[in-house]
Amino acid sequence: MKRLCLAILLYTASTTASAAGLPAGVKQPHLEIDLSDKESLQRGARTFINYCLSCHSAAYMRYNRMAKDLGIDEESLRDNLLFVTDKVGDVMKAAMPAEDAKLWFGTAPPDLTVVARSRGPEWLYLYMTGFYREGSRWNNIVFPNVAMPHVLYEWQGEQRAVFETMEDGSKQFDHFEVVRPGSMKKEEYDAAIRELVNFLVYMGEPARLVRYRIGVYVLIFLGIFLIFTYLLKREYWKQLH
Amino acid sequence: MRKLIDWIDARIPLIKVWEEHLAKYYAPKNFNFWYYFGSLAILVLVIQILTGIFLTMHYKPDSKLAFASVEYIMRDVPWGWLIRYMHVTGASLFFVAVYLHMFRAFLYGSHRQPRELVWLIGMVIYVALMAEGFTGYLLPWGNMSYWGAQVIISLFDAVPWVGPPVAEWIRGDFVVSDATLNRFFSFHVIAVPLVLVGLVYLHIVALHKVGSNNPDGIEIKRHKDKNGVPLDGIPFHPYYSVKDMVGVTVFMMVFVAIMFFAPELGGWFLEHDNFVPANSLQTPPEIKPLWYFTPYYSILRANTVNFFWISAKLWGVFFMGLSIVLFFFLPWLDRSPVKSIRYRGWMYKTALTIFVISFIILGYVGVKPPEGIYKTLAQICTILYFAFFFLMPWYTKYDRTKPEPDRVT
Repeated sequence: MKRLCLAILLYTASTTASAAGLPAGVKQPHLEIDLSDKESLQRGARTFINYCLSCHSAAYMRYNRMAKDLGIDEESLRDNLLFVTDKVGDVMKAAMPAEDAKLWFGTAPPDLTVVARSRGPEWLYLYMTGFYREGSRWNNIVFPNVAMPHVLYEWQGEQRAVFETMEDGSKQFDHFEVVRPGSMKKEEYDAAIRELVNFLVYMGEPARLVRYRIGVYVLIFLGIFLIFTYLLKREYWKQLH
Repeated sequence: MRKLIDWIDARIPLIKVWEEHLAKYYAPKNFNFWYYFGSLAILVLVIQILTGIFLTMHYKPDSKLAFASVEYIMRDVPWGWLIRYMHVTGASLFFVAVYLHMFRAFLYGSHRQPRELVWLIGMVIYVALMAEGFTGYLLPWGNMSYWGAQVIISLFDAVPWVGPPVAEWIRGDFVVSDATLNRFFSFHVIAVPLVLVGLVYLHIVALHKVGSNNPDGIEIKRHKDKNGVPLDGIPFHPYYSVKDMVGVTVFMMVFVAIMFFAPELGGWFLEHDNFVPANSLQTPPEIKPLWYFTPYYSILRANTVNFFWISAKLWGVFFMGLSIVLFFFLPWLDRSPVKSIRYRGWMYKTALTIFVISFIILGYVGVKPPEGIYKTLAQICTILYFAFFFLMPWYTKYDRTKPEPDRVT
């Protein structure tokens, strides 16, 4: 019975009440989120701080907390990653004032601290690889008419979306076509985005670094405790016939 | 030690209470799996109160600071993330325990005479728990918190005349705002918990007055030995206290497995849209309550027809209210000569199975958009849900029951 309940619980967890669906034709990517890879997280952090943090904030995340979690010493933190502030204990504010951003983009760029928890890593990956050129402006395959320009276009280059016309006349995304190659190869850009997403997942919930490990110990403890509570119960109930 | 206890006992009835409620409270010896969930619900209540105390120390009930203060707890407060996840997981598992605890009554007739008051007090606890869940869900001030509260409070607007002023009175404003957040905080951390603890006390006192039911649905007090001890009863302490410890350990294993490995439980315990701060200008793509309210949310949305000059929305509110109120009448709707499902006939067993399946489907479609197959399913299951209650006096009366045993089996 208990097993059945647990099975139902885990099943419902897997058929999740999930975040927004993807547009037709866009395939769900497979992402390996690996928070034990500190170097990958550091590279993701560098991309994030150099590019994203110009306009976006991560106002619930402190620099020194990140440095401690990712194994960055204070000196290299100061030298390489502190641009907006000189206090290592500060939260990550955007380089650009929010009012200016609103004026220029028409909307204030959202805070990104917990974006991996609201959007999900798969969506973020598709978003960051899904910018395409449409006339004189940028569009995005998972966020149509987004106000944000393609910040990493120098890395990725320019691509164009090819749509397939379906039988009912609607258009469905088919694939991207490179218009102008960027400074990175396709695989390099892909890897950079995966590392960025990996970092965003860490930033959304720094406790992820420790909670799995602690959880295993707690479960082992309770498993041993269960043996004793069960034996105690059996000992007492023996007295009843 | 003995002297100290005597000294205290001369001043408050320490030993009397100990004996009446634990050492000499005789519980039937045949409790099974379903009898764990009462003590587990108390355990979760304690967990919620303790973790709540620590969360209150760091949380800020202010619409400008609330969201950030929750993230502050998750990052900067030592072990804050653990306390918060404990509270989140506890909230959902509280409802799991309470739903299974209530289902036990459906199985073994625990709500029937002479335990009607135990059931009624329990139902008030359930409603208070819903209020606790609802007010607590606003506090993280995520976008789903905000819009969930907005939608549910605006249900009152559907009631003619008194509705709009009542909705305004609950919110303290024309929309959900800082005023609403502050009063919900007050309800969540003091008003409702105080009521809950008081009601739980009454629930237990009422239970211990009449004695526990058991899976056979027969009264163990009918057969007593010469000392007045029920022959099929065993002292709650130590027998059930040690047995419940096993249940507690297993329950805690499920609890920590969720808390450490899947605290969001795929969006069922912590919704993705609630990691976006509340925004009164941006509605989430799909407004849905947390899983423990979704069956009622489905019933609310099931009716789409205006009839008898009353709007579909008002009927929805009425049906939702009715779906909860009907539980209160259960002891009197059930006309069966036996209490336990073990001795009931096929009619009750079929009705209960259909009811449980409908309730689960209603819960599932409650998180889906109300269109197409989901809408039809919600409508069918709403009818089945009500049929379970409204037809109960007949199918329980005409059901072919088996004779009850004289003693517990």
